[in-house]
Amino acid sequence: MSVSLSAGTEAPAPERALGSLPSTDAEIRRNIAARRARGAVWRWLFAGALAFGILALATLLCTVVDGAFGLAVYEHSVDPRELSDRSLEELSQPELVEIFRANVSAGLFRRYDRERPLAERSAEDVRELIYERVVERRVVASYGLGESLLRRAAVERETAERHPGGVLEWRSWVSLDFLTRPMSSVPERAGIRTALLGSVWMIALTMLIAFPVGVAAAIYLEEFAGRSWWNRLIETNINNLAGVPSIIYGMLGLAIFVRALEPLTSGRALGAEGVNGRTILSAALTMALLILPLIIISAREAIRAVPSSLREASYGLGATRWQTVWHHVLPSALPGILTGTILGMSRAAGETAPLIVVGASTFIVSDPSGPFSSFTALPVQIYNWTSQPQETFRDIAAAAILVLLALLLSLNAAAVLLRNRFRRMY
Amino acid sequence: MEPGARAGTRPLARYNGAGADLRRRPRIGEGIVHALLLICGAISILTTVGIVYILFQEAWLFFGLPEVTLGAFLTGTTWAPQINEFGILPLLSATLITSAIAMAVAVPLGLGAAIYLSEYATPRARSVLKPALEILAGVPTVVYGYFALTFVTPAVLQAIFGRDQVQIYNMAAAGLTMGIMILPLVASMSEDALSAVPRALREGAYGLGATRLEAALQVVVPAAISGIIAAFIVAVSRAIGETMIVALAAGAGPSFTFNPFQAAETMTGHIARISGGDISYGSVQYTSLFAIALTLFVMTFGLNVVSGWVVRRFREVYE
Repeated sequence: MSVSLSAGTEAPAPERALGSLPSTDAEIRRNIAARRARGAVWRWLFAGALAFGILALATLLCTVVDGAFGLAVYEHSVDPRELSDRSLEELSQPELVEIFRANVSAGLFRRYDRERPLAERSAEDVRELIYERVVERRVVASYGLGESLLRRAAVERETAERHPGGVLEWRSWVSLDFLTRPMSSVPERAGIRTALLGSVWMIALTMLIAFPVGVAAAIYLEEFAGRSWWNRLIETNINNLAGVPSIIYGMLGLAIFVRALEPLTSGRALGAEGVNGRTILSAALTMALLILPLIIISAREAIRAVPSSLREASYGLGATRWQTVWHHVLPSALPGILTGTILGMSRAAGETAPLIVVGASTFIVSDPSGPFSSFTALPVQIYNWTSQPQETFRDIAAAAILVLLALLLSLNAAAVLLRNRFRRMY
Repeated sequence: MEPGARAGTRPLARYNGAGADLRRRPRIGEGIVHALLLICGAISILTTVGIVYILFQEAWLFFGLPEVTLGAFLTGTTWAPQINEFGILPLLSATLITSAIAMAVAVPLGLGAAIYLSEYATPRARSVLKPALEILAGVPTVVYGYFALTFVTPAVLQAIFGRDQVQIYNMAAAGLTMGIMILPLVASMSEDALSAVPRALREGAYGLGATRLEAALQVVVPAAISGIIAAFIVAVSRAIGETMIVALAAGAGPSFTFNPFQAAETMTGHIARISGGDISYGSVQYTSLFAIALTLFVMTFGLNVVSGWVVRRFREVYE
């Protein structure tokens, strides 16, 4: 009795302890209204944060499209109309050759003839040559899509001021020509053929290495490994590896594949004529190590999703562990594994930093011919072009980005389709 | 004819006789497969060992040089390999400044987006908005570098602060763009943590009269705090290790400055620029790159370990 009494006198009244709780009807209503208002304001802030992210994505895409299309100012040394009374597009092949012979020096003509006889070249080839060597058509300025559409008059005025002889024309920097032409130091004649082929070679080799190893590691961890300290170590290690910056993998590739294993990666040990270790093979090995944790983690998830009743039924029929894995677990987990693999592939396709460190060359004119050729890749080319000061290089960088994004989008779409098509419900 | 005696199969009775040996047999094939799988699993360990070995070995060569000391490396304010000045502070400060700017963008926006997705959005809206954010995460970083250089610097920073204030290459543009790049990572990891909080907690809060905001901020977020903090730490580690955005937009050339509108080269940007050029193996420049990479590795690895520890230590487990 005395205890409760003393507690009652010493402790503050409960209303006090909770601060100022609203007590009157009006206070309660005000309090609720204020809390609701605060809730509404924050709700808009949260939605705004999300909207910012999506807006940023839209702006990014707009910037790229803006750079890849638009007006370009052309100048030429010789007006094509002076070469012939008809337009060059209408002339036949012999007529074009004649114009070419008449307008370049004899030495230059002989050089081109020796490279490949002009009589054997197609009309398009010769026309291209005339544009390149006689007309000397070049882009002297370019404008983004937005500027070209919205401020056309100002663009025309500026062109007339700065480039009196210039002709303003629409130009799409990404085109079929752009995809099939090799590298060039002149931006408007440069293409991404070598970069695209380099990327394809590198990705194919990377997957050839990373897919079997990654799936095997996942099988080991899920089906064979127990809970020993060694397996826990592998597991933690894979999670940590996924967080290592990609440029560190590049350093690893540089020291081991490019330098220490040079005889192998340059192909000299295998009888190929390699110059140095900066080859597609080195890049693919480096990239394989980079995406291995990704593939292992996603393959493990796919394998874990296979119900154990399937395994137990197989064991019950007398199958060994490997037979169970090979005939039952793997086929069921395959769609999931492939989805993860494709996502790893798109990561490899967009990754730039390790390739730069491993030594992708930025200026290569000839197509890569095998794992031992030096190479360049699409993202490396984008990096190189973006870092050039001239405006026109930025335009072709934007065009190359569009190609890269299209490639990645189709890879990701394939992954989603695969997931939906083959999803099994247990 | 007995049912088991079809062509090609032996009658089961054979095995039940005294001659049948049902003991476990050594299976050589299984053993080989097991060993192969183990090797594939061990490759990840080899990778880690390889990274650590290479970085330490080359860095060891670097610090063994007479002109280099560890003290000068950690406290020097000039990085100029041509005149044998190796102080990592300018590179480190640029890395930390760009990362801090990135986090200032990514943490509030990422967390806000995560709370919206998990607490406010209808399932239908979420099924559209979440993949849209994930596209943002899938864009290669070199594209963000292009974006920083051709949009963020001229159209945002120079438009607001003036051309004379903001250099063409600057840390602010790189940091902002990096923040946009990391935003989906923070949003998606935090959203996972928030969605994992059981409904009963929210219902309990509503039952006590909490508004949606109060339930979200005072109940759900504290319950998911381990996952959210882990997301922040992983984001910092991503920002520190990010290369292409800073290589394109932050500047080429180390400079010790705290003004975000000036150009300064980060650790990753320096490695990319130097190793992209012609570099002779074994030279001081070559080994110095590995010393920088080692610093970078120690920082990101430490952050990843801390994030793992946070998740384990502060995780709230619900049935």
